[in-house]
Amino acid sequence: MEMPAPDSAVLSRKPRIVARLQEVLGKTGVIHDEAETRAYECDALTAYKCPPLAVVLPSSTAEVAAIMKVCHQEGVPVVPRGSGTSLAGGALPTADSVILGVSRLTRVLEIDYDNRFIRVQSGRTNLSVTGAVEEEDFFYAPDPSSQLACAIAGNVAMNSGGAHCLKYGVTTNNLMGVTMVTMDGQVLEIGGAHLDAAGYDLLGVICGSEGQLGVVTEATLRILRKPEGARPVLMGFDSNEVAGACVSDIIKAGVLPVAIEFMDRPCIEATEAFAKAGYPMCEALLIVEVEGSDAEIDEQLGVIMQIARRHNPVELREAQSEDEAKRIWLGRKSAFGAMGQINDYMCLDGTIPVSALPEVLRRIAEMSDEYGLKVANVFHAGDGNMHPLILFDANKPGDLELCEAFGADILKLCVEVGGCLTGEHGVGIEKRDLMTTQFEPQDLEIQMKVKDVFDPGWLLNPAKVFPLAASEARRKRRLAA
Amino acid sequence: MLTPTSEAELSAAIASADGPLRILGGGTRPIGRPVTGQALSLGALSGVELYEPGALTIVVKAGTPLAEVEALLAKENQRLPFEPMDHRTLLGTEGEPTIGGVVAANVSGPRRIQAGACRDSLIGVRFVDGSGTILKNGGRVMKNVTGYDLVKLMAGSWGTLGVLTEVAFKVLPETETQANVLIDGLSPHQAVEAMSTALGSPFEITGAAHLPGDSPLTMLRLEGFAASVAYRTERLSALLAPFGSVRADSDAASVRAAWRDLRDVAAFSGAPGDVWRISVKPSDAPDIAALAGGRAMFDWGGGLIWVLAPEATDLRARLGAFAGHATLVRASEETRARIAPFQPAAAPIAALSEGLRRQFDPRGILNPGLMAA
Repeated sequence: MEMPAPDSAVLSRKPRIVARLQEVLGKTGVIHDEAETRAYECDALTAYKCPPLAVVLPSSTAEVAAIMKVCHQEGVPVVPRGSGTSLAGGALPTADSVILGVSRLTRVLEIDYDNRFIRVQSGRTNLSVTGAVEEEDFFYAPDPSSQLACAIAGNVAMNSGGAHCLKYGVTTNNLMGVTMVTMDGQVLEIGGAHLDAAGYDLLGVICGSEGQLGVVTEATLRILRKPEGARPVLMGFDSNEVAGACVSDIIKAGVLPVAIEFMDRPCIEATEAFAKAGYPMCEALLIVEVEGSDAEIDEQLGVIMQIARRHNPVELREAQSEDEAKRIWLGRKSAFGAMGQINDYMCLDGTIPVSALPEVLRRIAEMSDEYGLKVANVFHAGDGNMHPLILFDANKPGDLELCEAFGADILKLCVEVGGCLTGEHGVGIEKRDLMTTQFEPQDLEIQMKVKDVFDPGWLLNPAKVFPLAASEARRKRRLAA
Repeated sequence: MLTPTSEAELSAAIASADGPLRILGGGTRPIGRPVTGQALSLGALSGVELYEPGALTIVVKAGTPLAEVEALLAKENQRLPFEPMDHRTLLGTEGEPTIGGVVAANVSGPRRIQAGACRDSLIGVRFVDGSGTILKNGGRVMKNVTGYDLVKLMAGSWGTLGVLTEVAFKVLPETETQANVLIDGLSPHQAVEAMSTALGSPFEITGAAHLPGDSPLTMLRLEGFAASVAYRTERLSALLAPFGSVRADSDAASVRAAWRDLRDVAAFSGAPGDVWRISVKPSDAPDIAALAGGRAMFDWGGGLIWVLAPEATDLRARLGAFAGHATLVRASEETRARIAPFQPAAAPIAALSEGLRRQFDPRGILNPGLMAA
């Protein structure tokens, strides 16, 4: 992965830059020793590493603003970092950059059950947002798999999704407002406890902008009352096509499950060996979950099971107890861990129209033979967000490159059938150079023009999202300045 | 009037325009500062591009009448989740609202509190910017974080950033039936409290409104399968019993009519005066409404206040600084020229918005000034 050459002028001014950052944060808030900055050299995309110039760990919005002013004056790129769980390299440093970590910004600022929102500092983890309101039976809906670790800051940056977004939407649908610090150190309040924008929907653009428009330090999030109950049903089918048709029929029937998860045979085999959830050995498995009171769940599952039966399932299992429900989810939730046990893997997250599912799975299988690399598929079937896991051997020379080429082909296929490169992980550096398969040059240009407005010097989270060739003129302009 | 019949023609028309353009969908929502310029109608860019009921997605050209889209969805027992308001009732306009107009104005109705705004269901756009360049963002799949989300930016930008040519939505199943749980005689403060209690319950309220007046009425809507609606009606009625005498309306047709009237602010139709729309934190609503004076109606559990005010009154001067925003929806052209229809933003936000407008429309020819402070 090509990264732009670091700005030698910035590198040479490291002592002065560090001293100025320490003036703001004191010595404990600035990490600059080369052995220690290494802890921040990558995120969850571990194939790419580069220690930053320094790391700053501010404890307030005011400190973030002061840091941004210093970096702006010194012309130092800033890479915002939540918990570093990005699978796309969204928080990969450059050698001339300052990592701005929000890990000390974890406070709950306000909980308002009457108006159904919570305001938190952005370093708070996704799951601990729900944790803060659970005693009143409320929850924060977006639930990315990394929710135990991932920070709201990163969720906002990547517009994170989760398994339950068919019903509850993704981050952007649950985000009501942010406090954001711009590259030049201005503190902006956008949105709040009221709904919708007065003018242009800046909040909508900021969410999902991968930390390239500003550093979000606080967020107002919608919280919801928990449903009375939830129950999953497990279905096994002897072909991907039939499972895909079943998904489509369930959706058309007017039931809106909170989740429809899909696993194919390689994934079932791997997770079964690892988690022993008692899954049937078949070609395709669906987990469909609905919510409500017991009677409501019975009614919805009645409709769903009737549809499933029409598709001759090899297995149809409704959870009869809390324990059985947990077992049904166990395999799915340990799918990534299971794959990690047997192999190195690369996880993609392209989205496809649900109707294209059988064709896409067939073609992935063909490509798998051509590349000689195995693929396991697990994904959110209700919304078409795929997660093909390509298995490779990191110790085998050339295998990573082969895997990346295969991954790129799968993502191109997603675009070809009418989908997109990434449904919830973000572009980062991982899919940066594939952006031209989905977008015409002018479509990328208008996005870069949006960045020009927020960050004219192109200092925030450099070398992400846009192909380097596309952003070259702007990056050169910065260096010239 | 310019009436391009294709995206390419629209692009050429904008590229060669030598003055301001006034963008028209169905012309049913004359909101914002009056715009002078050559009329540009999207009426000829109409039709469904793609509809996949099994994938809950639809893609239509921007000039397609909203009624056509809704009828098509209804055939498959689906609907637009956000329940767009029909402004003709309130504004006394004629013509056919278009789907592009709905998006340009980010029009949402009572279900917004549960299903999100228009912008939340919008998953893709194609548009032509102020220099005539054809652009796209988002797509036809409901989970997509590829690149910046300009879909949200285009929703509610009232044609000032680009002229929409195609819009894609996530749709939802139509529900089997609906019912209202009603409480009579509450004050606005009591009503907001009751609505907050309902919205904080697990019973999935899809509408929460309060109509003050001589016989105040608080309405809470439940939708879904019949047995489920019956169950939740009973549970919700019990939950709200402490607020007063609770009754239920299970006649789906009458419930539907009540929410259509609420959605379209029918109560203020034909009544003399200007109409303002105020978005606030629900618990602030009773006090804000009292400050505003005039007649008020509460939707979104209190989060949305409709106010019928004396003509040519600057309501914002009465409200002072408050958390939220007020939009002047119905007023004469003279009033809309004098009082900013859209809430003026704080200086740094206004600067960013103006910066964006210049990037998308460098010549300032698309509905110029419509959203100006």
